[in-house]
Amino acid sequence: MLRFLARRFLWFVITVSTVMTVSFFLMHSVKGGPFDGERKLDPVIEANIKARYHLDWPLWRQYLQYVGPFNLDDQRALAAFDEEGGFALWRSEGADGEPTRAFGGVLTGDFGPSFRYKDFTVNDILEESLPISALLGVLSMMFAIALGVSAGIASALRPGSGIDLTLRIAATGGIALPNFVIASFLVILLVFLIPLLPVAGWGTIQHMLLPGFCLGLVFAAYIARLTRTGMLETLSADYIRTAHAKGLAPRTVVMRHALKGGLLPVVSYLGPATAGILTGSLVIEKIFFIPGTGSHFINAATNRDYTLAMGVTILFTVLVYTLNTVVDMAYTLLDPRITLEDE
Amino acid sequence: MAFQRIARQVIPVALLASLLGGAIYATRGARLEPADFVFNNGTEVQTLDPATVTGVPEGRAIRMLFEGLLVSHPETLEPLPGVAERWEVSEDGLEYTFHLRRDALWSNGDPVTAEDFMWSFERFLDPQTAAEYAYMLWYVEGAEAFTTEVEDGKAVHGFDTVGITAPDEYTIRFRLKAPTPFFLELMAFYPMFPVNRRNIEEAKERFPDRWQQQWLRPENIVCNGPYVVEFRRVNDRIRFAKNPRYWDADNVAFETVDALAVESYTTALNLYLTGECHWIDVPPANVIQELMPREDFNPIPYLGTYFYRVNVTKPPLDDPLVRRALSLTIPRKDICEKVTKAGQVPAYALVPPGLAGYTNANMPHGASYEEDVAEAKRLMEEAGYGAGGKTFPTIEIHYNTADAHMQIALVIADAWSKYLGINAKLLNQEWKVYLDTQSNVGYDVSRSAWIGDYADPNNFVDLFVTGGENNKTGWGNEDYDRLVRDAAAELDPAKRMAMLQEAEAILVDELPVLPIYNYVTQTTFSPRLGGYFPNVKDEHFPKFWYWMDEEELAAKRAGHGDRDDMQPVEAWGPEEGLYPPAHPKGRARTSSEEGGD
Repeated sequence: MLRFLARRFLWFVITVSTVMTVSFFLMHSVKGGPFDGERKLDPVIEANIKARYHLDWPLWRQYLQYVGPFNLDDQRALAAFDEEGGFALWRSEGADGEPTRAFGGVLTGDFGPSFRYKDFTVNDILEESLPISALLGVLSMMFAIALGVSAGIASALRPGSGIDLTLRIAATGGIALPNFVIASFLVILLVFLIPLLPVAGWGTIQHMLLPGFCLGLVFAAYIARLTRTGMLETLSADYIRTAHAKGLAPRTVVMRHALKGGLLPVVSYLGPATAGILTGSLVIEKIFFIPGTGSHFINAATNRDYTLAMGVTILFTVLVYTLNTVVDMAYTLLDPRITLEDE
Repeated sequence: MAFQRIARQVIPVALLASLLGGAIYATRGARLEPADFVFNNGTEVQTLDPATVTGVPEGRAIRMLFEGLLVSHPETLEPLPGVAERWEVSEDGLEYTFHLRRDALWSNGDPVTAEDFMWSFERFLDPQTAAEYAYMLWYVEGAEAFTTEVEDGKAVHGFDTVGITAPDEYTIRFRLKAPTPFFLELMAFYPMFPVNRRNIEEAKERFPDRWQQQWLRPENIVCNGPYVVEFRRVNDRIRFAKNPRYWDADNVAFETVDALAVESYTTALNLYLTGECHWIDVPPANVIQELMPREDFNPIPYLGTYFYRVNVTKPPLDDPLVRRALSLTIPRKDICEKVTKAGQVPAYALVPPGLAGYTNANMPHGASYEEDVAEAKRLMEEAGYGAGGKTFPTIEIHYNTADAHMQIALVIADAWSKYLGINAKLLNQEWKVYLDTQSNVGYDVSRSAWIGDYADPNNFVDLFVTGGENNKTGWGNEDYDRLVRDAAAELDPAKRMAMLQEAEAILVDELPVLPIYNYVTQTTFSPRLGGYFPNVKDEHFPKFWYWMDEEELAAKRAGHGDRDDMQPVEAWGPEEGLYPPAHPKGRARTSSEEGGD
């Protein structure tokens, strides 16, 4: 187990640093900058704004400043010449005698100021929006699992029956219909025709029902299909026949014995599904006006908000990687035949 | 397998605990009481710092929080006293003196003094502040040099070289380069609003690394306007609470106001239709026709022009004859009636109509579109194209990715191809890439728009001086430059307007831009909202807003008469109205309520 985790951690470091480096240079190579607008700025003003965010530096220096851990700005604490030309390897005070920060950048957990939302740092924005996205994600995931697994079991128990057919058509529909179509449909139905739920916004449980449902629906459909296949396979396995032969109640056989094995494909799908919910929530967030992280994923890129775009990308990388690892570990809990050492 | 046993027990508990904790944190906004008034601000504001922004949503938020020397009348936009209770203008129009009221306070209790304004104007003009709107104050003597003459990014001149002085604690005086008829209007414009020096300096001391964010935090920000910030969440809302120390607090009706950051037009409309939002600035384009007959949607002319820039640096568009032909063939009427549909006005000039004292120089055009097309065909032949002439190369219409722009481009490309035989392709680019292409004049014809910051033709004509930052067409004309320059120094307002008109005449003769239509405001608001009026700048001052009671609403509706575009709709807001304390119908505030605070 420890060896597994150590290996995973090594790959984690490699993955995150690759994602960070590639997206940093990709982001900066795209045309247009964060401070370009319809109204072109006076050259002096533009130069000063760029200098404030170090956009006047060569790209490699911006990159090192961004990654950290050393603060490279003009007050730099590491290896600098002072006013009189003396060289200091280390200093805790800037040229003007004010204390200066020696460290900074991603390695110190600092994602920098947002270029677009100037009143916030990227850390502020992520801290505030991530719990919201996470809550929405967990809700829709719970909903997807509940609906998907029960539909899948119902299908698998009577393959070929009317119930099976109906559920499978519904699942195909759930996969084929984009969630914004379902969202618009439900808004018309449950907000305007039958005024039950608030149309958009965030805060109360009523606000979360529609977005949670719309976001989870497509995953519920996938889970239903996976559960059905997994269960069909498990139900025909020898140990299930043994269980039946022992005289166990059908209910116990399905819930205690078959389900464990039948759900393995679903568990392995949870990793990618979580990634999908995180990155896919932006449409739902926009329609239902939810202040989550998903919308920043797109907006930051179109605004050329370099730091925020990088922050969200790194955060999502870390989350997806961690969740995939957790899913792999969960395997061993569900199926005693699998050990992580075999990997 | 000890690990697995522990894992089985610990993981679910840990998951559940973190889920609960997260849920409580993530829903903290739910504990807010519904606000008295909710409007959609369209997007998240970039900052609340009045000095450094240029956007419309930022302006709306800043007018809630800060107040300048003057405010504007909500309907006519005439200057009204703000922090300044009275003002004088010298006979030559070069010296403006403002006398501040003694009772204006900051939300921390400090008096608002001339010193605050001096410090704020210095900060605003300082090149280090990098204020995007700094040029709005360059009408003041020495201001332009102070901002633009820099060494190492820092100002070379002292602030004493700028013509702003404070003769005493409650007087502030401006010395202008040239008479500026819209100077009072500028003083009600949000970049000119003061900020609190102590607010910023304390933040610098307490948070040396993060003061730029910290001084604007709800717990730190110090304001002098009708409201203060109570709560703020990115991409959600700014909750404003009434500022009890505001000098005119007795005339402010709402206790709390929410500014939402809804970006989707459809979602905003849905919120409006369910009464969760009382004013939206733009409804989705596809429902405009359903909205037109309603009393809550009354588009009026807006200070903006939609036009195409033309790259005049390469053939065939370097030929003014071709540009005139292209312009004449644009089916402006069809675009306004069938595409934009909200009552936009076909434009034949750059400057929007209706500016006081100014008559537009319109592009010459015939009485009907057919006449224009015939003339355009003749012009093309004169330029050497058409039957038997040169073949006209394919040109591209460049626009930023958006349905509305695409539809207009399609209509125009179709007309050019049908009547002039020109093959025009469409090229859409993502916003920032589009801006980059436009700045580098890397297009043939490019969609553009300009919204005036102040009601003066100079605001538009000034764009196209040779080499101007916002010219972006490669066009230049010495006479034009001279007229614009001379107009800026002209003392006589009538002569000045005549010069600007002459300049505009040159522009519509050479047509480096093809005017298409003038904008209308699209604000949609609850009929019950009082003190709010659609106006030419679509700029609204929050201190005047209140809810009408049934009686006043009925009177307002009676005033509509039998107009078709005034179908009554659901009026959101409290039926009993909500009036400011100073109003006779003001909320009867018991002394116990006030004492209880």
